[in-house]
Amino acid sequence: MKFTKDHEWVSITGNEAFVGITLYAAEALGDVVFVEVPEVGKVLKKGDSFAVVESVKAASDVYAPVSGEVIEANDSLTGAPETINAVPEAGGWIAKIKLADASELDGLMDREQYEAYLATL
Amino acid sequence: MSDSDSELQFTPLFDRHVALGGQMVPFAGYNMPVKYEGVLAEHKWTRAEAGLFDVSHMGQARMTGEGAVAVLETLTPTDFSILPQGKQKYSLLLNDEGGILDDWMVSRPEAEGFMLVVNAACKDQDFDIIADFIADNESGADVEFEVLSDRALLALQGPKAKDVMKDLCPAATEMYFMECGTFQLLGEVAYISRSGYTGEDGFEISFPAARVGDLWDELLSNPIVKPIGLGARDSLRLEAGMPLYGHEMDAGYTLAEANLGFAMNKSRLTRGDIKGIDRLKAQLDGALERVRVAIRVLEGPPAREGAKILSEDGTDLGVVTSGVPSPSLGYSIAMGYVPPHASAIGTKLKLETRGKPYAAEIVSLPFVANGYHRKPKA
Repeated sequence: MKFTKDHEWVSITGNEAFVGITLYAAEALGDVVFVEVPEVGKVLKKGDSFAVVESVKAASDVYAPVSGEVIEANDSLTGAPETINAVPEAGGWIAKIKLADASELDGLMDREQYEAYLATL
Repeated sequence: MSDSDSELQFTPLFDRHVALGGQMVPFAGYNMPVKYEGVLAEHKWTRAEAGLFDVSHMGQARMTGEGAVAVLETLTPTDFSILPQGKQKYSLLLNDEGGILDDWMVSRPEAEGFMLVVNAACKDQDFDIIADFIADNESGADVEFEVLSDRALLALQGPKAKDVMKDLCPAATEMYFMECGTFQLLGEVAYISRSGYTGEDGFEISFPAARVGDLWDELLSNPIVKPIGLGARDSLRLEAGMPLYGHEMDAGYTLAEANLGFAMNKSRLTRGDIKGIDRLKAQLDGALERVRVAIRVLEGPPAREGAKILSEDGTDLGVVTSGVPSPSLGYSIAMGYVPPHASAIGTKLKLETRGKPYAAEIVSLPFVANGYHRKPKA
């Protein structure tokens, strides 16, 4: 699993990746009450806002950690947005992306680097 | 308005908020807790039990003397001569054009003494306006005005607030909604009103800042009481249909547009001595271009402040001023402004969020029925 400074995670299998928000992000947001997942087929550039996660207080954009095409969206979040709080780094995944450029992964942090980054916040 | 560049101020309870796990954020120039346990849990706790809010950032002042009524009436649309001792009234500070400079709670614990509670972000402005007016006008000659910067303010809100107060200050629980009085509490003088900003029964307690930590601890020692942050305060007041200064109103709105006629007395309209009276009268007679409404979101994401309000055929009607996914109702609610022709209850609308229109409709206020302890009608 790889991480961004914006608190997204990427879990890679071959040239496909599940993406979501980290436990840190989910805890900072508080109770998630609405998730807008991307449409399948949407082509994302790294850094694009591709989903929105909303708490009672505010709406937060989720940014694409890598470029690629959305091949699956986690539609179950529409009916059960609280999954993001319960298991943000597993069942709370937001989309599955077909990677456009695997070399982009090199710019992301591994778990250890991400934990070290969190310690600086 | 407060200067966002200046240093943040602290209420006397800052250390307690941090110790309780409060997430501190800048709000109206103060370092305030937005949440402790979580907005959703705190919201629901307040609706079912009793929530404790530190609202010491708000401005408190006292105005006494024979001319106090005249001073207050010049600045607001309220008839304070008919406000009995022991009662409280919602009022508005108006500019010369009748635009809203702030909203106030004014109570009359003594025959010749008024207590004002004003918004934190507006308090410097408000108190300057009052002090200048008193200095420059004859009616201010025998008026004493004192900003109570040595007093903190707590709000205890929820259906069980009265049970908590019964142990601490039983006399205060004999008050009805919008009544106020002076009480002894923990050996100090407390100005207490039976009111609040959640739609629930509850109390607002003005207490010496030096001892408010003791009162806070005492209230929290009751397991019915939990601390509640500004996040839930906002979702609670929205469900109750209460406007928030800087969102539903500012100097660009009149009380007729903001649907706040209850801050005005008919006697003042008859006397014709409300600031901006010509425009106000015309608006009350039907010349309104926009009016504050309550909106239920029927599909899609929550509508937030700034979302466009459209008619069903896509015509621009106005803008959302506050919106929240309602924890009590399970759907999203909002307030905003539309022209009167689109303001009837049941009118179908669209709200635009992130470029897409979603179905919504005008509903009645409040969104959630209030739980006030009203005086039974004789």
